Amino acid sequence: MNKLSASAKVYLTIVFIVLYAPIFYLIFYSFNSGGSMNNFESFTLEHYQAVFEDSRLLVILINTVIVALLSALISTIIGTLGAIGIVTVKDSKMRNTLLSLNNVLIVSPDVIIGASFLILFTMVGIKLGFASVLLAHVAFSVPIVVLMVLPKLLEMNKSLIDAALDLGATKKDIMMRVILPYIQPGIFAGFFLALTYSLDDFAVTFFVTGNGFSTLSVEIYSMARAGISLTVNAISGLVFFVTVLVVVGYYFVTSRKSKRMEGQR
Amino acid sequence: MQTKTSKSALFPYVLWIAFFVIAPIALIVYYSLLDLHGNFTLDNYKAFFTSVYLKMTLSSFWYAFLITFFTLLISYPTAYFLTKTKHKQLWLLLIIIPSWINLLLKTYAFIGIFGLYGPINAFIEVFGFDPKQMLFTDISFVFVSVYIFIPFMILPIFNSLDRLNPTLIYASRDLGASAFTTFRRVVLPLTMDGVKSGIQVVFIPALSLFMITRLIAGNRVITLGTAIEQQFLVTQNWGMGSTIAVFLILFMVIIMLITGQKDKGGRVR
Repeated sequence: MNKLSASAKVYLTIVFIVLYAPIFYLIFYSFNSGGSMNNFESFTLEHYQAVFEDSRLLVILINTVIVALLSALISTIIGTLGAIGIVTVKDSKMRNTLLSLNNVLIVSPDVIIGASFLILFTMVGIKLGFASVLLAHVAFSVPIVVLMVLPKLLEMNKSLIDAALDLGATKKDIMMRVILPYIQPGIFAGFFLALTYSLDDFAVTFFVTGNGFSTLSVEIYSMARAGISLTVNAISGLVFFVTVLVVVGYYFVTSRKSKRMEGQR
Repeated sequence: MQTKTSKSALFPYVLWIAFFVIAPIALIVYYSLLDLHGNFTLDNYKAFFTSVYLKMTLSSFWYAFLITFFTLLISYPTAYFLTKTKHKQLWLLLIIIPSWINLLLKTYAFIGIFGLYGPINAFIEVFGFDPKQMLFTDISFVFVSVYIFIPFMILPIFNSLDRLNPTLIYASRDLGASAFTTFRRVVLPLTMDGVKSGIQVVFIPALSLFMITRLIAGNRVITLGTAIEQQFLVTQNWGMGSTIAVFLILFMVIIMLITGQKDKGGRVR
């Protein structure tokens, strides 16, 4: 393809600057010893120290991570089983119905998911707090896992299973040693996405969280409503650091894996 | 035998569909028919068709339209130029990373940036203008929303441009079409699918934003999402909140039918 013109480069540069400026702006002022986001007085780490000394904030941080890991794990199990089940449904009408129902929570706006889950949990009598937040996160993560696993299952050659059967494999063998290893990249991607969905979610959690329980997003929201606090800046510095680490790690793992797979072929 | 075990694999999944997909929608519809005391009524629907709610719906659509329009205006050229860079997957990844930073944090950044003593006002002052309060205006609301949605719009457009067969462009140029005609008659129609899914993943969430309206627009902008949140969590009128939610679901279905096609984009939260 033809090369980029100078104006195209300028345009791309501007877009990149605009996308990253607010994030670096936040991180820059997290080192400000003055209390605001406009006068940089001198370098300090006191706001980071404040994050690690605030036991309430630490509990919220741990809650957020626990909810994310647990909901990703549970939704990966339900979603993977669901995808395996969907593939065996032969009736195409039935299968399409299942797939459309699967996509409802993906396209629904968060407010609607949050509001309807609030009604649901109140009616069933689940106390708002850890349990309701965990259930909600599992619920909205399941469909994305299904969508990640399903293509892998569909591209799998059926003769692999026949071959395993011919060679005397039991059903359990087929599941553990043929199907699961084959769809493993899909499961991995699903788990990872579920994790990020959970960590990122604000709106749904905001509806179903009740009074005693809070996640990082909800906490940042109430802090931001109260005005500027450089503790939030320090949190964003940490979040940015972890995010970049996870993204780089994820790409490293997946690219190494695909290279290894290619090597085997 | 094979199918029997797989059918039991379907069991927890079907349970999930029943509890978290079908039941919530049914409950929303059910609650929309209840008044504050739990009696059946159509009053909520009548209330929705009064000028207060119709005006709010209209303004919510107007803002969603503005947000989608500007997001598309910025994202299409970006995606187009990105496909022509050398390490395009790496550049795409760099565009996507900001979308993984928590939404709340990005919005919070703008409270500082648009603030009375923030960098934008400092910049304006250099040119001799007086600093203005930019926070709590509808312009800042649209700006922040566009900022948030740009990566989600770029992704599907980038994918459709990336799939485009370059020989079609050469053919068009060989046949004497100008660069602009080639773009208008070849590139744009063939990437319409990406544009449509981009519109879909921006417009629907833009209708239902409530966090950005609260933090950035003060209470100057009320979207459908803000109204639902208000009814559910502030005034505790679940019936009216559900009615607005029913209409939001209807609008969502209509938008999806208009922009509907096979491939899916990401999700904005």
